[in-house]
Amino acid sequence: MSWDYVIKRFLLFLAVIFVAVTINFIIPRLRDTNPIEERLYQLAAQGGVNVSKIKELTAIYEAKYGLDKSIGEQYLNYWNDIFHLDFGWTIADRTPVINEIMRAVPWTIGLLTVATFIAFIVGTIFGALLAWPKTGNFVKYFVPLLMTLSAIPYYLLGIVFIYLFAINWGVLPTAGAFGFGVKPGWTLEMITSVLWHAIMPAASIVLTSIGFWGLGMRGMMITTMGEDYMKFAEYKGLKDRRVFLSYGVRNALLPQVTGLAISLGTILAGSVLVEVIFAYPGLGNLLYRAITSNDYFLLQGIILFIIVSLGFSLFLIDLIYPLVDPRIKLEGGEDG
Amino acid sequence: MDKIKFGFKEVIKNRLLTSGIILFLFVSFFGVVGGWFIDPEMADVGAGYPSQPPSWEHWLGTDQQGRDVLADLLLGTPQTLKIGLIAAFVGVSIGTILGFIGGYFGGKIDTLFRLMSDVFMTIPGLLILIVIASLLDIVSTTLLGFVIAAFGWMGALRVTRAQVLTMRERAYVQVAKLNGVKDMEIIFKEMLPNLLPFIAASLTAATAGAVLASLGLSALGLGPQNEPSIGLTIYWALHYGALIRELWWWFMPPVVVMILLFLSLFLITAGLDQIANPRLKDRV
Repeated sequence: MSWDYVIKRFLLFLAVIFVAVTINFIIPRLRDTNPIEERLYQLAAQGGVNVSKIKELTAIYEAKYGLDKSIGEQYLNYWNDIFHLDFGWTIADRTPVINEIMRAVPWTIGLLTVATFIAFIVGTIFGALLAWPKTGNFVKYFVPLLMTLSAIPYYLLGIVFIYLFAINWGVLPTAGAFGFGVKPGWTLEMITSVLWHAIMPAASIVLTSIGFWGLGMRGMMITTMGEDYMKFAEYKGLKDRRVFLSYGVRNALLPQVTGLAISLGTILAGSVLVEVIFAYPGLGNLLYRAITSNDYFLLQGIILFIIVSLGFSLFLIDLIYPLVDPRIKLEGGEDG
Repeated sequence: MDKIKFGFKEVIKNRLLTSGIILFLFVSFFGVVGGWFIDPEMADVGAGYPSQPPSWEHWLGTDQQGRDVLADLLLGTPQTLKIGLIAAFVGVSIGTILGFIGGYFGGKIDTLFRLMSDVFMTIPGLLILIVIASLLDIVSTTLLGFVIAAFGWMGALRVTRAQVLTMRERAYVQVAKLNGVKDMEIIFKEMLPNLLPFIAASLTAATAGAVLASLGLSALGLGPQNEPSIGLTIYWALHYGALIRELWWWFMPPVVVMILLFLSLFLITAGLDQIANPRLKDRV
C-alpha cells in the first residue's frame, strides 16, 4: 500500500471532522443571540430544581465561550474540548454527555448490526439468484416485489408494523428494548425479552434494506456472468451449483462486502427514526430526547460523536479494502 | 458505445418508467387537484370534533385537535412535494454544473470538487440538518427545501463527472473538437443530451432523498410548524399517541401517501436506470 494513498485517505478523514466541527460551531452563532447561551440563562433565571447546577453550567460556558472572548478564541476552545472528548454536560441532569452516549451506543450497535447482517445475507442471495438465468419463476417474480419495499423508509414500515402486530393483534411488544420489570443482566429472561423486543424494529430495517443489497448483487452478478471464466466453467461441464457459487457468487461478492463494511461503519447514524418510533434506548432515541428537551450540549455531542466515529470507520475501511481485493488499483496518480 | 437514445418513445416503451410516472402523477394530482375541492378551513384546529373516526362529513375522520385528516393531507402533500422538488432541482443543478466543470476541464478544480463531495458524502446529512433545524428556526417549506439542497448535490456531481470523463474521449466529441467546435457548443449540443437520463435519474433520487429528509426532520418536530406537510401530520400523530389510541384514520393515510410517493420515485429510478444502462434490460 503506498503512503500516498494512506495520507490522502487520512486527510479526507481530517477534512470530514473539520467540516463537521466547524458547522457545529458556526450554526448556533448564526443568530444574533446564541441559542445555547440563551437557553442556559433562561434556565438559570427560571430557577427550578437544579439552580446551582445550571449556574455552574453557565459559568463554565461563560469561561469558554463568553462574549468577552473573540470568535477565534471560542473556536479554539471548542476544538480543545473535542480533543478531550469533552462534549459538555447534559442540561437536564448535568451528567457528562459522553457518559449518556456510551450508555446508548451498545443498544444501537446491537440492533443495527444484527439487522444489517440478516438483510445483507438474504439480499445478496436473492440478488445473485435474480441474475442467474436458471432461477425458478417464483424467485423471479417474488423477489422484485420484495425489492420495491426498499423504496419505503424503514420507520414508515415500522409504524405499520406497530399498528398491526403490537396494537391490533397484540402479539409483539409496542416499545422499548426489554420488558417492564425485567432486571437487566445476562439472564435468560433478559435475553429473551431483548430478542422479543428487537423483532419488530429489526424486521422493519431488514425488509426495507434487502432490496438495496439485492440490487447491488444483481448488478455485480450480471457483470460477472459476462466474464470469460464463467463461460469457460460452463463449457467445462461443471455442475450449475458449482458455477453459480464458486465462480459467480464468489467473484461478485467483493463489492458487496465493501458495502457491508461501509454500512457497519455508518451504523450509528442510520437508525434515529426507527429508534424514536419504537422507543428503543439507543443513540437515535437519545438524540430525540435532546431535541425535545432543547438540550443543545447533548444534541451537539451526539452528532459530533457519530460523525467522528463514522469518519474513522470509513477511513479504516479505505485502508483495509485494497488488502482484501487485489483487483483494486491503488490510487496514487492524478486521475484517481 | 453509441449515443443513448432518450426520447418520448423510449420513455413510453419502458414499463417501469411509465408506471412510476403514472403513480407519481396520481400522488401529485391527489394533492394539487384535491386541494381545489377542499375548504382550507377544514384543516384548521377545531374544524370538527376531535379524534372522530371517518364519517360522511369527515371522510378520513378528524385528529386530536379537530382538524379534518383528509383536508390536512390534501394541503400537506403539495407542500411535501414542493420541499422535495425544490431541494432536488437546486441540489442536482449545483451537482451537475460542478461535475461538468470538474470532468470536462479536470485539474486542480476537479480535485477540489471531488474532495468537497467526498467530505459531504461522508457526513450524514440528516444529522447536520437536525443541528441546523434545532438551532435555527426553519419557518417555511421553501426555506427547508433550500437547506436540504445543501446536502443533496454530491450524487449528481459524481454521476455527471463520471459520464463527462468517458464522453470526453468518445469519437463524436473528439470529431467535434477536431472540427473546431467551441467548448460551449460541445457541452450543450453533444454532451448534454447524452447526460439527460443520468440527470433525470439524479433528480428522482434527489427528490426521494429530500422528501425523506424533510419527512424525518418534520417527524422529529423540527420542520416548519405553520404550514401543513405530511411530516408534520406524522409528527402530531406520534406526539399525541395516535398509534396506541388506535386512531388509524389519522396516522395511516399520511403513511400510505408517502409509501406510494416513494414507490413511484423508485420505479422511475429503476426505469431510467434501464435506459441509461441498456445491459440491465431483459433481466427482470
